[in-house]
Order: sequence, then C-alpha cells, then structure tokens
Amino acid sequence: MLALIRAVIGRDLRLAMRRQADIVSAMFFFIIVVSLFPLGIGPEADLLRKLAPGVLWVAALLATMLSLPRLFADDHRDGTLEQLALAPQPLGLVVLGKVIAHWLVSGLPLALLAPVLGIQFDLSTDALWVLTVSLLIGTPALSGIGAIGAALTLGVRGGGVLLSLLVLPLYIPVLIFGAGAVDATVTGLGPQAHLSLLGALTLGGVFFAPWATAAALRIALE
Amino acid sequence: MLYWNSFSEFIAMGNHGVYVWGSVGVTALLMALEPMLLIQGRKRLIARLKRQFRAEKHDSSRSKD
Amino acid sequence: MNNRLINWFKYASPQSFYPIAGKMIPWFWALAAVFGVAGLYVGFLVAPTDAQQGEGYRIIFLHVPASWMSMFIYLVMALWAALGLAFNTRLSGMMASALAPTGALFAFLSLWTGALWGKPMWGAWWVWDARLTSELILLFLYIGFIALQSAIDDPRRADKAGAILALVGVVNIPIIYFSVKWWNTLHQGSSVSLTKSPSMAMIMLWGMLLCALACWMYSIAVALMRARSIMLERERHTEWVRALLTSTNSGKE
Repeated sequence: MLALIRAVIGRDLRLAMRRQADIVSAMFFFIIVVSLFPLGIGPEADLLRKLAPGVLWVAALLATMLSLPRLFADDHRDGTLEQLALAPQPLGLVVLGKVIAHWLVSGLPLALLAPVLGIQFDLSTDALWVLTVSLLIGTPALSGIGAIGAALTLGVRGGGVLLSLLVLPLYIPVLIFGAGAVDATVTGLGPQAHLSLLGALTLGGVFFAPWATAAALRIALE
Repeated sequence: MLYWNSFSEFIAMGNHGVYVWGSVGVTALLMALEPMLLIQGRKRLIARLKRQFRAEKHDSSRSKD
Repeated sequence: MNNRLINWFKYASPQSFYPIAGKMIPWFWALAAVFGVAGLYVGFLVAPTDAQQGEGYRIIFLHVPASWMSMFIYLVMALWAALGLAFNTRLSGMMASALAPTGALFAFLSLWTGALWGKPMWGAWWVWDARLTSELILLFLYIGFIALQSAIDDPRRADKAGAILALVGVVNIPIIYFSVKWWNTLHQGSSVSLTKSPSMAMIMLWGMLLCALACWMYSIAVALMRARSIMLERERHTEWVRALLTSTNSGKE
C-alpha cells in the first residue's frame, strides 16, 4: 500500500521536474499577486500588517489552483489514467499519491516562500512562523479538495474556470482558519485553536477527498 | 381583525415601505418569472421535437417509395 | 415486499413518472396559492407590528422561508444525488438538476430580502453576518453545480458528476457554517446579528410557517415542471416521447 503511494509520488515528482516552468510560474504568480496589494492599498505598515494574513492566504489559494487542471489531464490524455483505474490497486490510493505529489510541488514551495513575502507586510517573527506553519498544515487540504474539482472537470470544456468556481467555495474553511491563525498571532491571541482546526480539516480532506476523487475519475472515464 | 387602519398606512409600512415592498416586489417578480420561462421553454422544446419527428417521418416515407 | 420494490422502481422510470408529474403539478400550484395567500394575509395584514423593529420586520415573512427553502432544496438535491449514485436511476439525476435553479433562486431571494431588511435595521445593505455569509456561499455552491452540469454534454456523466459535487457540498456545508460563525465571532461582528426578538408572537410564527409551506409547494411544482422538460429533452430518441408528441391529443400534455 505504502509502496504504491510512494511509486505514484515518485513518478509524479519526476514528471513535475520535467516541467519546472509550471512550478516556477505558480511561485511567481504568488509573489506578484502578493506584491500588488501594497501598491493598491498604500504603504502604511499598520494597515498592511492587518491585511497580510488574508492577502497571503488568498494568494496561496489562487496559486495552488493554477496547477490543478493539469493534475489528471496529462495522464488522461496518454491513457495512463485508464490503466490505473483498471489496475487491481484501489484508485483512491493512487489519487492520494498524486495529491501528495501535487502538494510537494505547489503547497510546500508556497509555504517556504510565504515568510519572505510576509516581511513585505511588516509581520513580526512570530507571525511569520505561524504563517509558514499554517500554510504547511493547510495546503494539503487545498490539494485534496482541489483534486475532487480537477477530477469532476476532467476533459470538460472551460475546465479551468469551472474548476475555480467549484473549488473556491469549498476552500473557505481552510482560508478562515489559516488566515485566522496568523491574524490571532498578530492580535496577540494564540494561534493554537486555529491551527488544530486547520489540522483537522487537512486530515479530513486528505483522507476523504481521494475517494470522492476516485469516484469522479471513474465517471469521467466511463 | 386587520391590523391596519387605512390603506395608505399599509403602503407606508411605518416609513419602511421601500424596503418591504422592494422585497415583496422582487420575490413576486422572480417567482412569477420562473414558471413563465419554464412554460415558454417547454412549448419551444415540444415544437422543436414535433418538427423533428415530422421531418423524420417524412424522410422515412420518402425513402420507402 | 419484493413486489413493492418493483413498483417503486417502475414509477422511477421517466416514462411513467412523466404523466404522474403532469397530473400533480396543478395540485401543487393550488396548494402554493392557498398557502401563499393565507401566509401573506396573516403576515402583512393581520400580524401586529414588532416592538423593536417596526413594520420593516415584515420582510421576515419572505426572508426566512426563502432561506429555509434554499437550504432544504440543497439537502433534497443531495438526497436525489445519493439515490442516483446508489441505484443508478435516471430520474434521480433529472430531479437533482431540476431542483438546482430553484434552490439558487431562493438563495438569491434570501440575500436580496436580507439586504433590504438589513438596511433599515442595521443601517447597511450588507453585513458580514454568519448566516448571510453562509447563504452567499450556498449560492456559490448552487452556481457551481449548475455550471458543472451545463458544461458536460453527456447527460449521464453530468448527472453523476453533479451528484458527487452535491454530496461533497452537503458534507461541507456544516463545516463552512461553523467556520464562518467562528470567523464572525472573532471579528466582533456578533453585536449585529439576525437573532429575532425573543417574544415572537404566535401569529407571526403562523405567518412564517404558511409562507414557508407556500414556498415548499411552489418549489415542488416548479421542479416537476422543469423535470418534465428535462425528461422530454433527454428521452427524445425513445418511443414514448415520440408516441406522446405525435399523437393527436399531445397538446394537452
């Protein structure tokens, strides 16, 4: 079981490495969107500090969305997905592997980049830490929920825009607790409650989303 | 039995007339519009299908000759 | 027992459901009209004014039923979706897609009447109240469902994909509501909330219940009408649709 997941992760990571441009452009998208906000709002440090958690988290949501349409599209095009669906191993585990791989190339780099961008918003060291931790905990849920949307819109016209329409409302709890954790640190309340709820969301998302995704994939392959 | 003393009082709704009647108006409009659109769409669909069936019948009777 | 099960599935085929639905629609319209007139009569003509909110409170006779229906329809939609996935019946998917636009309509009406209620009560058209925000997200979920179904050409796939989305949505709604509520209390929004005055007069409750019943009957009637059109459209290659539309008295149906 673990071997299967590991094999899927390894394969997807190798494929992702061949298309590094995709990963890099998602990162730059994140950087540019976050940097645009001070230009639109003004440079007052107090205001920026207040807006930072929301801005960084919303930009992270949008940046993870960018790579979602390709999560299954390439495998669908070359027939790999059909092979995987016919294989005796449960499709849900394959999806879990792909979700983890997606997180490693989208969520993880975002989390590591975020503190650098947080400095632009004059966040304190504590807040920067919490921002990184909250992104590390929260982004797997984004990959998991996003996978459901990617599977539902597989091969559908206007898939990319449709995907964001389906997935963004479902991201709201992650956004609330993720940004809330940073906000709680900025305002002096502890982030623990937010972070543990975020962890619960991620656990729930990562465990249940692959099965819904597998069901959606089977429908798309019919 | 009725709460209101006069019709104008009923319309004014204690200075909240705009809000109350704005809600009532839009609700009534949309709840009337939806079935009307459905009936219209259904008529168009039936007309289209009938035309299609007639055309198919026509085609098949001609091909038999 | 077995016999009953077979009968049940017989009515679940579009061919036999189509005429039954046609016979039921006028009854539901009649019920909707009766409940609607009674509810509006009680709510707008008989009920006394609210001590705190003045006459503006009368919007709740529209707002609360619309909110209830928008949530209830999503649940019913998810139920049809689950039935469709479990038993693979064609009717379930048609009912789910027939319900979605009506649910979206009620979600919109709930927001609209909420805004018009909020303006005189709180002095703002929109307040980020937990319930209003959740209602907005519910509207987004409806729009996502409708968009997904209309983007997929194959109706069977559209049904099933929509069913999964509806089920994922229904699992998420409590989580979304809880998180929005949490967010709302942290951001000192709790001073303005929609909580009704504790002494809700019996007559007001009756007015609201009657209006809610009217909306319920309306939803059933409209959903059945839409389902009938969907049935004709999707089953246009089958014999029963051909027979129905080429027979002489088809104008009645």
